[in-house]
Amino acid sequence: MGTLTTKRAARRGGTPPGPAASPHQPSWRAQLHRDWPLLLMNLPMLLLVLGFWWIPALGNLIAFQDYNPYTGGITGSPIIGFTNFALLFQDPQFLRAIVNTLSITAFQLVFYFPVPIMLALLLNSLASARLRAFVQGVVYMPFFFSWVLVVAIFQQMFGGAGLLAQILRENGREAVDWMTNSDTFILLITSQTIWKDAGWGAIIFLAALSTIDPNLYEAAAVDGARKWRRMWHITLPGLRPVIVLLLILRLGDALNVGFEQFMLQRSAVGSEASEVFDTFVYWSGLRTGDLGYGAAAGLFKGLVGLLLIVAANRVAHAFGERGVYSRS
Amino acid sequence: MTVLAFRRRPRKPSGLAPWEERPSPVGQLGKGTLVVLIVVAVLGPLYTIVLTSLSTSATVNRVGGLVLVPDGITFEAYQQIFSDTVVSRAVLVSTGVTVVGTLISAGVSVLGAYSLSRPGSFLHRPLLFSVLLMFVFFPGIIPVYLMVSGLGLKDTYWSLILPTAVSAFNVVVLRSFFMSIPGEILDSARIDGASEFRILWRIVLPMSKAVTAVVAMFYAVGYWNSWFNAMLYIDDTRKWPLALILRQYVVDSNPLPSATAGVTGDAPPTLAIKMAIVVIAVVPALIIYPFVQRHFTKGVLIGAVKG
Repeated sequence: MGTLTTKRAARRGGTPPGPAASPHQPSWRAQLHRDWPLLLMNLPMLLLVLGFWWIPALGNLIAFQDYNPYTGGITGSPIIGFTNFALLFQDPQFLRAIVNTLSITAFQLVFYFPVPIMLALLLNSLASARLRAFVQGVVYMPFFFSWVLVVAIFQQMFGGAGLLAQILRENGREAVDWMTNSDTFILLITSQTIWKDAGWGAIIFLAALSTIDPNLYEAAAVDGARKWRRMWHITLPGLRPVIVLLLILRLGDALNVGFEQFMLQRSAVGSEASEVFDTFVYWSGLRTGDLGYGAAAGLFKGLVGLLLIVAANRVAHAFGERGVYSRS
Repeated sequence: MTVLAFRRRPRKPSGLAPWEERPSPVGQLGKGTLVVLIVVAVLGPLYTIVLTSLSTSATVNRVGGLVLVPDGITFEAYQQIFSDTVVSRAVLVSTGVTVVGTLISAGVSVLGAYSLSRPGSFLHRPLLFSVLLMFVFFPGIIPVYLMVSGLGLKDTYWSLILPTAVSAFNVVVLRSFFMSIPGEILDSARIDGASEFRILWRIVLPMSKAVTAVVAMFYAVGYWNSWFNAMLYIDDTRKWPLALILRQYVVDSNPLPSATAGVTGDAPPTLAIKMAIVVIAVVPALIIYPFVQRHFTKGVLIGAVKG
């Protein structure tokens, strides 16, 4: 029964099984004999994950090559070291992609991040459970629409031939095409993100709100604390851990601002406003055919992203939160 | 990995607690207006799009754009769309990819998640890390593209399924749930001589219907909505899924490369037809949504985020 109890203890979240936890671990042959059905079940997933994730990760070798798919391929193309990376940092378009990505992240931290929190507070304050369920059902919905659809819908609303322009023209005003205006692009994508994702994003805060002990509110009310004071002294402190966690995770994810959203609108607003990391990789690599160069940009993003996530998790752990991964 | 998945919390009840102060009329009015605005912001665009797709071309021309007030309902646009092969074919492609892809993804993820739900089993840690590390490192578009074309999958429907078949997020959600099933149940089945496959099929899956349904739905929505894979890998316009048609025809207003001269021939797309295509793209999500919405318990996401 030795292994069984260990396993059970591990499942209960007790001591992690390791060489120290179970000194009488069976030989690998015995383990294989015992666990081969599990390995078999894992196999399809392993093949897909290796084939479309980890083997391609090794394929990033081409970032260090003067890669030519026709004459050399990955085995025959000459190695040129860090030349591609050096070229990247002289490429104004790449620098623009960095600046755009980081400004969009910063902008959305200020103008998108608080929206799901406020929405959750609003939903939570609705007295009627029915109305709450209805509004929740409505605001979650756009999360399930594709970006193509969201862009199409926004175009019909705010484009040159859209509903807003139509109404303005009917009233004798001049119509503006918000879909092609590169100066206001950051506002456009942020409103699209709010429309699509804010409702869904509120779920996690609603969950956190439901864990706050209602007796706290009652006690505070008895002590004479009015609504806003209760929100300030009970609700917000109750949400603090989730807010801190999500904020840190967002910072760790700073290089990801969405991809399809930008690819889809790039031709309308031009690359100056809409170039972000991922679109740069696509256009510099696959469109112009310089695959090694594009892969270098992609690898740079992947590695910096990795560092940011690790750093963000360190910070999360320092705050006593779990982060995307924990050390257990 | 926290095991919080799918614990249903009691809903906050309706009405005010006895100690709560009566809401002020001004506050009520403000809150009400805000709620109405939010609901209109989501449903308003959908309303006018559906209405326009159902309007006659005369109505659309008279209004000069999207229709806000109904004036005669017609299915003209839908008839035109489905009389032509381009959009019908794209709907078929999208449906096929969604069905096959969801079956593959859900099957592979359930098997994989179950195989990773037993700490201490052979090779458990490296196999688990091969999935968890997907959260922290993405290999990049170009190496994946080269892999897909190297395997000869370009211009096949497999290129729309296999590269994104496994989502680490979904696997972790399933795994957390499987791990929350009391070990005694599984142990007793094992003592009775049940194989792992039997345990998964007969005990674990029936206990995990809700979480499996949600994961399958996430996959299905992902496949139906996926645009980038198709743009990357499918050059043959006859194999285009709906998302590409939507982009080409509705967003960019380009005529479709149609073999048959019809609605989607050289003529510029009419607004009603454009909106009908939008509706066709939305409808599956709207149909599945209410069925699975009741499973969106708060626990799923907590388990996943903390996982």
